[in-house]
Amino acid sequence: MNFGFSEEQDLLRSTARKFFENECPSEKVRRLMEAPEGMEPALWARLAEQGWLGLISPEEFGGMGLGFVDLVVLMEEMGRAVVPGPYFSTVVLGGLAILEAGAAAQKKEWLPKIAEGERRATLAWMEPSAMLGPEGVTLAASRDGDRFLLSGTKLFVHDAHTADAIVVAARTSSGKTAEEGITLFLLPKGTAGLAVTLLPTMDQTRKLCEVTLTGVSVGAEAVMGEVGGGWPPLARVLDRATVALCAEMCGGAQKVLEMTVEYAKIRQTFGRPIGSYQGVKHKAADMLVDVENSKSITYYAAWAMDEGVPEGPLAVSMAKAYVSDAYRRVAAAGIQLHGGIGFTWEHDLHLYFKRAKGSELTFGDATHHRERVAQLVNL
Amino acid sequence: MDLALTPEQMSFRDEVRSWLQVNLPGDWVEKVRAGSDIPRAEGYDFLRTWQRKLYDAGFMGLTWPKEYGGRGLTFMEELILHEQMALVKAPPVLNILAIGMAGPTIFAYGTEEQKKRYPAKMLSCEEIWCQGYSEPNAGSDLAALQTRAVKDGEHWVVTGQKVWTSVAHVADWMMLLARTDPDAPRHKGITYFLLDMKLPGITVRPLKQITGDPEFNEVYFDNVRVHESHILGGLNNGWAVGLATLMYERLALGFGLQVRLRIALDGLIELARRTRKAGRPATEDPILRQKIADLWIHTEALKYTGARAITRLLKGEVPGPEASTGKLMWVDTHQRLQAVAMDIQGPYSQLTRGSRWTVESGLWQYSFLRSLANSIEGGTTEIQKNITGERVLGLPKG
Repeated sequence: MNFGFSEEQDLLRSTARKFFENECPSEKVRRLMEAPEGMEPALWARLAEQGWLGLISPEEFGGMGLGFVDLVVLMEEMGRAVVPGPYFSTVVLGGLAILEAGAAAQKKEWLPKIAEGERRATLAWMEPSAMLGPEGVTLAASRDGDRFLLSGTKLFVHDAHTADAIVVAARTSSGKTAEEGITLFLLPKGTAGLAVTLLPTMDQTRKLCEVTLTGVSVGAEAVMGEVGGGWPPLARVLDRATVALCAEMCGGAQKVLEMTVEYAKIRQTFGRPIGSYQGVKHKAADMLVDVENSKSITYYAAWAMDEGVPEGPLAVSMAKAYVSDAYRRVAAAGIQLHGGIGFTWEHDLHLYFKRAKGSELTFGDATHHRERVAQLVNL
Repeated sequence: MDLALTPEQMSFRDEVRSWLQVNLPGDWVEKVRAGSDIPRAEGYDFLRTWQRKLYDAGFMGLTWPKEYGGRGLTFMEELILHEQMALVKAPPVLNILAIGMAGPTIFAYGTEEQKKRYPAKMLSCEEIWCQGYSEPNAGSDLAALQTRAVKDGEHWVVTGQKVWTSVAHVADWMMLLARTDPDAPRHKGITYFLLDMKLPGITVRPLKQITGDPEFNEVYFDNVRVHESHILGGLNNGWAVGLATLMYERLALGFGLQVRLRIALDGLIELARRTRKAGRPATEDPILRQKIADLWIHTEALKYTGARAITRLLKGEVPGPEASTGKLMWVDTHQRLQAVAMDIQGPYSQLTRGSRWTVESGLWQYSFLRSLANSIEGGTTEIQKNITGERVLGLPKG
C-alpha cells in the first residue's frame, strides 16, 4: 500500500505552486475577478504551455494523459491561489463531458483545441429547480424530423459566457426512470436560439450563467453518445468534477490555515502573540483536523476515480460531504481569528470564504451527500 | 498512490481471515462487558485466553523484532490484522498498554537483558502491564509528579501515589515515573522504572467509575524497594523515555481505536435497523440517517488519514501533520457515535442491564458513559490541541 504521492506528483505540486505564486498572485486574482471573463489570454496561454489544459486528456487528443490523482495535485494548488477563470469549467466539466460522452468526431474536433488553449467548453446540467439528480433534467429536446428542437433554461452554468461550446443535458423522452431519456448535446457558441446571461455571484472568482435555449434546432452532429443514454456519462462526469472540486477546496483550506497560523504568531494582544492563547490555538488545531481529513478523504476519492473501483460514487460523496463542511468551517475560523482585518475587502480571506461557500453548494452540499452515502451503504 | 496489497500481503490477509473463521469466540461482548451476572475478573480471563490464542497463532507483535518474540513484519501487516479483526468484530487485545507503549519503549531505551526479559511475555499476555504516570496533582501537567524514589544501595525506595491507573488491579508490571532528583529542574529529575507489581508495599485500590465498573485504580507505594536494574533508559532520563512511550501510544492505539470505532459503527447501524421510530426503522428517520452517515464518513476519513501516516512510516519518513490529528478526530467521532446510539434508543436509553425492556443488555449505556473518558485519557483534548498547535503548527507557548 502506498497512500502518498509519487515524485512526479510532488514535482507537479511544487511547479504549480511556484507558477501560481508568480502568474496569479492576489492582485491579479482581484483584477481578473472584476472582469466578466475572469481570465486573461496571456495566463490562459501559459496554462496551455504547461500542458495543464490537457492534463487528463488522452495523449491521442493532445493531452498529457494523466489521472485524477495528478489532477487533484493541480487543483489543490489552484484552490490555494483562488485562481479565477474557466479552468474548472473547461477541463473538468466541458472537457470531461466531451471525453466521456462525445462521439469520435466531437472528441477529435474539440479536445486537442481545448488542450492547446484555443477553445473553452462548459457543461449545462442544472436548471432553476436546482435539483441534483436526473429528475432535475427537464429541458425539452423534441424530435423534429432528423433534428432536435431544444427549449428551456439552464442555471448555474460555469463560464458559459466565455465558452466556445456548451454541453447541454436535455430530456429527449420520459423513460421508466428519471435516468432514462436524457441526452447530451454539444452546442457551439453562436448557435441560433442560445442566449447566455452572466449572473452576479457572491464568489466573483467563479462566474455563473443562465443559459436559455429558445427553439434551438440541432442535427445528429450535436448529439453526444446515445440518444436517451446521457445520464450515466453525465453522472460520471459530475462525480469526477466533484472530486476535482474537493481537491480545490482542500488547497484553499490549507492556505487559510497557513495564513491564520502566521498571523497568530505575529499579531499581539496584551503583550503576547494571539497564537499563545488557547482560545486561538485550539481553534487552529481544529482547523488542522479539518484540513488533514479533507485531504485524506479527497485523495481516496481521486484514487477511486483512477482505479474505477465499485465504491467510487460512495468515495465521492464521502469526500464532498466532509470537505463541504470543513472548508466552510476553516474559512470562517480564519476570518474569526484574524479579527477585523479578516473582514475587510483588502484582506484575501474573503476570497477564500466566498469560494468555500460557493463550492459547498456546488454539486450538492454536505446534507445531500450524506443522504447519498446513506443510500449507497444501504442504510 | 496504490491501495492494493502485494501478493505477500494478500496471503497474510487470507491467513488471518481463515484463522479468525475457526478461532473467533462467540458471544464475547456479553462475557467481557456484562457486570453483575459474570464477575469482572472473568472478562479479563477471557481476554487473556484470547490474546494467548492470537499469540500462539503468531499474530501478536507483528512489527516487533524476531529475536524478541515478534515477527519482524511492517505496519502494513499490522493494519491488515486489525482490519480483519474489525470485519469479524473480534475481541480487543487485553495487554494493549504493554504492546502499544511499554514494549516499543523498551526496544528504544532498554538494555539487551531488558529486551530479552519483558517483551515476549507481553505478547503472550503472561504479564500484564499498566502505566503509572498520572497522580492526584499531576495529570495534564505530568512533570509535576511527586512520587519519589530515594536511593538505598542498589535499590530505589519508592513512596507516593498514582491514580487513574487502568488495569493495575490485574497488572504484573507498571511503567512507573518517579522523581529521583528533587533538586533538579522538574523535567530533569524523573526516572522511568519497570516496576514489579508484586513487590511489598504496593496497594491497589479500585476506583468505581461513572460506569459503575472498577476499570481503573489508585496505586499507593509505601517504601517499595526497586532494584536499580529496573531503571529504563538511564537515571533522571525518565521524561524523555516517558514521552517516547506516549508517542508510541498514539501510533499503536491508533490501529486499535480505528478498529473499535468501525465495530461500534457497524453495531450502531444494526441497532438502528432493528429499532423502530414512529413505525419505521430508525434508519429511515431523516435526521438519524444524516447523523449515521456523518459518523460513517468520519470513520472512513480517519482510516485514510491513518493510511497517509502509515505510508510515511513505511517510507521511513517522519510523521506529518496528519498523524497528530488522529486522536482528536477519533474522540470526537466516537463520542458522537455513542450519543447517537442513545438518540436511536430514545426513552429506552434510560434503562440499564436487568430488565426485559433493556436494549442489548445495556451495553450501549455502558459504552456511552465510558466514552466520556475518551477526551480525558491518553492526553485530554485540551492538551492535545495545545500540543498540535505548538508542535505541529508552530504556535507560541502560552
